[in-house]
Amino acid sequence: MDGTRVNADDDLDQQVIAILAAQALRAPADLSRAMTLQDLGIDSLGLAEVIFAIEEGFDVSVPFNANAPGEGGLDLRTVGAVCDAVEALVRARQP
Amino acid sequence: MTRRVVITGAGTVNPLAADVPGTLAAMAAGRVAIGPLEMPDLDRLSIRIGAAVQGWDGSVHLGRQELALMDRAVQFAVDSARQAVAQAGLEGPQGERAGVILGTGAGGQTTQDDSYRAFYGEGKSRVHPFTVPRLMPNAAAAHLAMRHGLKGPAFTVSSACASANHAMGLAFQMVRSGAADVMLTGAADATLSPGGIKAWEGLRVLSQDGCRPFCATRKGLVLGEGAAVFVFEDRARALARGARVLAEVAGFGMTSDASDIVLPDPDGAARAMRAALADAVLSPGAVDYINAHGTGTAANDRSEARAIGMVFGEGAPPVSSTKAMHGHLLGASGAVELLACLMALQEGVIAPTMGWRQADPDIALDVIPNEARRARVDAALSNAFAFGGMNACLALIRA
Repeated sequence: MDGTRVNADDDLDQQVIAILAAQALRAPADLSRAMTLQDLGIDSLGLAEVIFAIEEGFDVSVPFNANAPGEGGLDLRTVGAVCDAVEALVRARQP
Repeated sequence: MTRRVVITGAGTVNPLAADVPGTLAAMAAGRVAIGPLEMPDLDRLSIRIGAAVQGWDGSVHLGRQELALMDRAVQFAVDSARQAVAQAGLEGPQGERAGVILGTGAGGQTTQDDSYRAFYGEGKSRVHPFTVPRLMPNAAAAHLAMRHGLKGPAFTVSSACASANHAMGLAFQMVRSGAADVMLTGAADATLSPGGIKAWEGLRVLSQDGCRPFCATRKGLVLGEGAAVFVFEDRARALARGARVLAEVAGFGMTSDASDIVLPDPDGAARAMRAALADAVLSPGAVDYINAHGTGTAANDRSEARAIGMVFGEGAPPVSSTKAMHGHLLGASGAVELLACLMALQEGVIAPTMGWRQADPDIALDVIPNEARRARVDAALSNAFAFGGMNACLALIRA
């Protein structure tokens, strides 16, 4: 995925939005926190790619199982929810 | 007159047992062969359970030279065929009217993984000289042809998780059409390597805590490995030589969803089941048991339940998924699952769906939870629905 490389000085939300925007073939500026991934046309395969990009970009492991999407309090339904989830995972990673 | 096709031999190596009697006993007892995996780089995997063939020693029946040419999946296939041919009472080269069609999802996955670990990971500058003949997807079919002198049609089909049923369906059609008198058929896969599991992890459909098909608490599929091979034979020839008939293959149906690369479409599955029944000249009401594809993923189980409802209405027969016991053998699944159909037809014992805990409101089926059931089964259907939307269903009747 082009345009998803994560720079340390970028705001975390902007980095996540860049990943989602690249997946949705939209400009990052067109995305808002309230939009759902469904609104963006990101289906289950697209979500698998988004999670891959997040894990690679932030060096985290996203505990997502497609068979139990809401499990473990992980909410990936909206842009804002994905940003919050990534922030929590990054925070949990740091000692 | 149309020829009829019967099964006169069966063999298997799978996580439940390395032979048919052991496998059927395990299925009847509801034994679950899923457990912790052991392999290199396990600490780098997030999924660490699977259904492995325990304690496999290829050298029991194969010489050193033979083993050097065979991937793990091929060894499973060769030993399964040895068992099937022995049960069928076939001896020596079978000649030009005999052939083999096997399925595989991944071919020589273990060989690929080991080779590229050595080359990329360990920095070795060479891989085993037989890497290509080991990993080629048609290797198992070739070895069966060589060992049993099968000089007619011989090839491999690969349709992901429907590979076995496509292979067996084509073998059935060949015997029925007169293109061959006897065919070895089935499938083999062995993908429990770090690379194989890592690839599956990415799709987020693997369960970390067991396989519970059709259960509201299911968390996905669990990978397995193994093979099963059968002797499909012209019924008149089998009867003339006094062979014991295990069951009759009565029909085959295959369809394509033509919709999504991973998500199943109930319409394609329903059309495949209907096609198998029509080919077998069976009404839905005549089917006493369905061996489900039943992977334990939300996507498959809901779609399959809906498809069964489309074909059978309110009166669907009992349905079970034996994947909860032996795991998902990918391309080889349908072959091992055909053994559950043979058990139902021959012994009147329907294998259970193990691990089931709680009803899913989307699944209105009798899934034979957790305990095998005695029932007279005159006709059974075996489902396989693959990634890529490829569906293959076999209809069998009691001999």
